[in-house]
Amino acid sequence: MTIILTSLIFAALLGAILAVVIGAAAKAFAVEIDPRIETVTDMLPGANCGGCGYAGCADFGKAIVENGVPPSQCPVASAKDAGRIAEYLGMKAEEKEKVIAVVKCSGGISTTERSPYNGVNDCRSAVLVAGGAKGCDYGCIGFASCARACPFDAIEIRDGLAVVHPDLCVGCGKCVDTCPKNLIVLVPASVDVHVYCNSPEKGPVKRKVCKTACIACRKCVKAADNEDQMIIKGFLIETNYDNPPISDLVEKTGCPTTALRLASKHAAGAYEGVSK
Amino acid sequence: MSEETIASIQLPDPVQLIVSNSPHIRGGETISKIMVHVLVALAPAAAAAIWFFGFAALQVMVLCTVGCVAVEEIWNKCAGRKPTWKDGSAALTGLLLAMNLSAGAPWWICILGALLAIGLGKQIFGGLGFNPFNPALVARVALLIGFPQLMTSWVVPNPGNFAACDALTGATPLGASGEAVASLSNLFIGNVGGCLGETSALALLIGGFYLLIKKLIKWQVPAAFIGTVALISAVVHHFNPDLTQPALYHILAGGLLIGAFFMATDMVTSPMTANGALIFGFGCGLITSVIRIWGGYPEGVSFSILFMNALTPLIDRSTIGKPFGYIRIKKEKD
Amino acid sequence: MSPKTHKFKGGVHPDDSKRLSASKAVVDAPLLDKYTVIVHQNIGAPPEVVVEKGDEVKKGDLLAKAAGFVSVPLHAPTSGTVTAIDKCEGPTGIRVPSIEITADGEDTWGDCMTPIADWQQAEPADLKQRVSDAGVVGMGGAGFPAHVKLSPQKPINTLILNGAECEPYLTADHRLMLEQAEDVVLGAAILARILGLETAIIGVENNKPDAIAALEKVAGKYNVQVQGLPVNYPQGAEKQLIYALTGREVPIGGLPMDVGCVVQNVASAVAVADAVVKGRPLIERITTVTGEPLVNPGNWRFRLGTPVSKAIELAGGVKYQPAKLLLGGPMMGFAQSSLDVTVMKNTSGILLIPAEQVSLYTSEPCIRCGKCVQVCPMDILPATISQAVENERFDWAAQLNVLACIECGSCSYVCPSHRPLNQHFKRAKAEIMAARRKEQKK
Repeated sequence: MTIILTSLIFAALLGAILAVVIGAAAKAFAVEIDPRIETVTDMLPGANCGGCGYAGCADFGKAIVENGVPPSQCPVASAKDAGRIAEYLGMKAEEKEKVIAVVKCSGGISTTERSPYNGVNDCRSAVLVAGGAKGCDYGCIGFASCARACPFDAIEIRDGLAVVHPDLCVGCGKCVDTCPKNLIVLVPASVDVHVYCNSPEKGPVKRKVCKTACIACRKCVKAADNEDQMIIKGFLIETNYDNPPISDLVEKTGCPTTALRLASKHAAGAYEGVSK
Repeated sequence: MSEETIASIQLPDPVQLIVSNSPHIRGGETISKIMVHVLVALAPAAAAAIWFFGFAALQVMVLCTVGCVAVEEIWNKCAGRKPTWKDGSAALTGLLLAMNLSAGAPWWICILGALLAIGLGKQIFGGLGFNPFNPALVARVALLIGFPQLMTSWVVPNPGNFAACDALTGATPLGASGEAVASLSNLFIGNVGGCLGETSALALLIGGFYLLIKKLIKWQVPAAFIGTVALISAVVHHFNPDLTQPALYHILAGGLLIGAFFMATDMVTSPMTANGALIFGFGCGLITSVIRIWGGYPEGVSFSILFMNALTPLIDRSTIGKPFGYIRIKKEKD
Repeated sequence: MSPKTHKFKGGVHPDDSKRLSASKAVVDAPLLDKYTVIVHQNIGAPPEVVVEKGDEVKKGDLLAKAAGFVSVPLHAPTSGTVTAIDKCEGPTGIRVPSIEITADGEDTWGDCMTPIADWQQAEPADLKQRVSDAGVVGMGGAGFPAHVKLSPQKPINTLILNGAECEPYLTADHRLMLEQAEDVVLGAAILARILGLETAIIGVENNKPDAIAALEKVAGKYNVQVQGLPVNYPQGAEKQLIYALTGREVPIGGLPMDVGCVVQNVASAVAVADAVVKGRPLIERITTVTGEPLVNPGNWRFRLGTPVSKAIELAGGVKYQPAKLLLGGPMMGFAQSSLDVTVMKNTSGILLIPAEQVSLYTSEPCIRCGKCVQVCPMDILPATISQAVENERFDWAAQLNVLACIECGSCSYVCPSHRPLNQHFKRAKAEIMAARRKEQKK
């Protein structure tokens, strides 16, 4: 009985002393935090993708509250969410155009020439060996460095080619730096027509190694409503994202190599197979 | 290309040429070759075990080996990994586990041991190469703690009589009393009760030297391990003969030899650097001696190796040598 | 200088397979109709092309001039017409600028540089200028401009000629030392004069006793020493060679001149001798075409710009499909996926490897056997670094001194798990250097 009693008293005393010590420490070492930071952080998506340029959502939340960084800088949050944060802080809501990533290559295993490669299955390592073992020096290597970097699983490797799903991509841009061939660009999400080729080589050289390369035949330039909508850059044609063509251009053009595609259909697999 | 060439001269087809990083040739070493060599090195000890303990020993070995391979494959299947039995590591773990069991171990101890070794000791960490502890020793220690009675009752050796013998003895060569229960010559040949692999020092030494010659183990580990045990026991015995046996007895009895040559040298769980191997061996020897001489357990080899396994990453990190050409750089900076 | 050699730590002993071509004397390759000369054949800045499509050139005429100090000029391999200035397959798998020359079959020399017959009296600076004008680079593999090495900013007391040829299969330097021993020694003497040294050492691996004997016979003429070296790959790596001959350790990230050494390949020495004594620019080199699949392996003297396909034809074609085509040796060479690559100044070998010799890389887990640590000549921890790289921890890899790696491939050679260690290191080095450049820009 006494043992139980002593231990009980001892435990109670110890608890009391520690409580005082901890309480004192909490007062002494307290850090002043703006409570709004926590609220704002909670309102952010919490994906910690880093697309805003800060080290995660908490850091971004701090930047919003303390430095007045616009919440719309978060690529993941919808305009409504960003607006709510701005409203909570009494800031002016800013509209920011949503962007998505596009991998500017359409050369899958079935449409390009490649050598058998043996080594580390990572694009940035593979590029050190024979330039990526692909016939085309500029094309997607397909070892998924971008897909692994994507926090939203928006990039799929299909037939040895990285394909961005526009509905999943939030445009955080994490994939852009991972591509050793610099194939990934961030473009306005509202534009659906893209040229899926990045090779500045001459048409015949490209065609020799890839069946879906852009050969700069200018069919799409002519088919566009406005000459300015597609830009010719050497042996490559690019969508003018400042004056984008509308989606029916793909159908109107009938691109002979199918390099001109709709992002939505490209991801949906509508172009699978080889052009005739 | 090929149209231009004369018909009789054949050029390679460029499409089939493999591209890879240098080097493009390789010395023939593979994981399975290493494992097979270690299995071969264990063969004398296994043969000795069968000679002294009969078919019961063989049964334990087969059960453990097949059990380990089976557990590994079932695990691989469940985890969606490729089969790995071909690399031989599971079979080796199984045989090493058997070497740590008594010939009288019931079948379910063997299977449980296999489950513990492969499941708890290896696969749970991600399989070969990722386990921090020696899988066979994890199983042995878990069984020793779980079934102390079963794990410390030995079959009395009956050389040349292969029929099952059931005579059990609890006497361990390294009894806590510190009294010698077997002659040195019996210990050396293996005519003594104990685990399958703990008995015949001769067979273990043959296997150990085979491994050393094949350069599959670092000499630093067994040398430092056995040397430390010998030194400590010799010093203690010199000052207090009642407390412990002389050095030679310590070396030959118990699991020191199999531990030093086969367990502590496990590549995955021991340091990679030469200096690290020395420290590792020394640590194993020190802990073994302390447990044997002053500890509650008669045998400390497995505990010491497991303990040092845990320190391996630290040892490796602290023994990183200075690379070629490093000294000058440092001088310039100063 | 002590006559004894120092043994560097580690190294491997692959089967050298030199027997395939070691006994084959060097043959001049027949003149082709067309040469595709790659413009950028040196480390440093690519030279500036000075010819245009349609230009007539004579053998030895300037095709491209050096663009800056760390750059070398390029000369026409034969007389003919420049028919294209375009791109062709490069040795790294990326298409690179090239100059196509259609030969006129005359093979006439143009106005060459005047030979400096009395080089022993010539100014070292003039000799150095000649080396630079002739476009001489390190012909062992790296292609580093020779004149840059001859312009050290630190005092030099040792000139080393690298005749180790530790790579398996290759015999180009072996044949060169055997057949042109006098030129090698002459080149060594000229190089020594440029550096203001009395003597030079030629390091040769002991598996070439005939070459050592041939060199020793003529070495006395110019006070050059010949030193046999134990057979141990990578004996021919610059840092290991310097250590073996002098016992000096080149600091990590440092150059041979930091320890008072200059290393030149023996083939470069012959090119220097040709440039000075005969006034000939570097337009051809000895290359070993070898490998088990070839009908008739051997050594040829190829003009720059000879396509690999023609070289394989000279060797009688293949008996069966090889698994790999390499430029250089099997330990450090580059795998090719095209037969259109052409011979460059640093192409020491064209090697075809049969399938049974190629064991593919698999990324099986490291079993920490430590064999890579034992063989690493730079004494770093390949296993740990490769794990750091797999986890993209390049900062950690840098701490583990991955930058000291010389990419000799010894670790990958011994790895029982067939891990692509060397590729990991290349990646780590590339990433670390990229990060440093980024840092500097800020």
